[in-house]
Amino acid sequence: MLKLIKRLQEKFNIEEVQQQKNNLTFVTLAAKDLVNFITYLKNIEDFTHLSFLTAVDRIEQDKFQLTYMLHNHKTNYNLAVKAFIERANPVVESIHHLWQQAATYQRELHEMFGIDFPGSPRLKEDFILEDWHDIPPMRRDFKTKEYSEKTYFPRPGRKTHDPEEYMKEKLYPEGDE
Amino acid sequence: MSDKEKDRLENKGLSLDERPLFCDKRPKSYKPLNKYWEKFLNWARANSLWLLAYGTGCGAIELRPLMTSRFDMYRWGIAPRPTPRQAGVFIIGGYLSIKTLKRVIRSYEQMQGPKFVIGLGSCTINGGMYWDSYNTINRLDHYIPVDVYVTGCMPRPEAIIAGFNKLKELIKQGKADGDNEYVKNLEWYKKNQKQIIKDWDMPDYNW
Repeated sequence: MLKLIKRLQEKFNIEEVQQQKNNLTFVTLAAKDLVNFITYLKNIEDFTHLSFLTAVDRIEQDKFQLTYMLHNHKTNYNLAVKAFIERANPVVESIHHLWQQAATYQRELHEMFGIDFPGSPRLKEDFILEDWHDIPPMRRDFKTKEYSEKTYFPRPGRKTHDPEEYMKEKLYPEGDE
Repeated sequence: MSDKEKDRLENKGLSLDERPLFCDKRPKSYKPLNKYWEKFLNWARANSLWLLAYGTGCGAIELRPLMTSRFDMYRWGIAPRPTPRQAGVFIIGGYLSIKTLKRVIRSYEQMQGPKFVIGLGSCTINGGMYWDSYNTINRLDHYIPVDVYVTGCMPRPEAIIAGFNKLKELIKQGKADGDNEYVKNLEWYKKNQKQIIKDWDMPDYNW
């Protein structure tokens, strides 16, 4: 598969290549080349299957990481395409014209991370959440526990234990021997 | 406010065009008949628990075995029904997200009285393992009245049967009164429900 990577490197400006497994490689490139690159992979290199599209909130770098996992059925090879976009202005080109099901992934990402994919069908409709008025819940600056405590009437009396200390107390009540 | 207006619900969540389509009558509480009749009726109610087959969480998977020959719930007069109109027992099978809570409230209100609610699993009691989630409610009894809780994550079918038997006892003693409680504290329940469901687009009581 090194040949494939080499071919891709000649054509595209690939920033980073990470060989993960025998049949899995991660490549990173700029977000503006993303659709060109994926179109090329689909049409020329036979990566015809979009396994998933997901995002990670890299809050420390102030960026969202998008991962497109593509699969080639002929060679049984997986290629994950990574791209970083600015957290402050999360807009990416849509790929729903390549795979229709990508529109669903993009709807989910729009709801959970607030990433905008202009032109993607039904993007602004509610997908999983209904009546959501806060910032998107999968963003890491969303404080899940605080929100839950504020909103959902927690029942008092809930206790948590440090598992290590708790098991020590239970198993060796006399002391650490 | 005249007495007639007091008897009506506002239905503020509906648009003006939709309001005539829905009944805006306030639900009434049930007054028990004389002692012996009521006792007979309670006996009959306790022996024909028809449950609404609406699986709301992962606990619903524990209801299927109840139907099989090993547990055989029919010998206690428990039978699943497909619609809320025919059912008397509503089983909340675990966690509820806001989306399902909406449907649960609709279904619960559409059920005919006397109606009972069983909360399955720790999720309905205090949120269980989803207690700090952004989308699941923590305690069910703030939104609809619950007669019996069955603890566990998830409870085994035997535990559910024990829960049913507890409910039967309560019905026979005339203590399973969630229906009237809901009517009596309708304002409080509606306040809680509307606090969670922010874009309320249902009638205030789903007849």
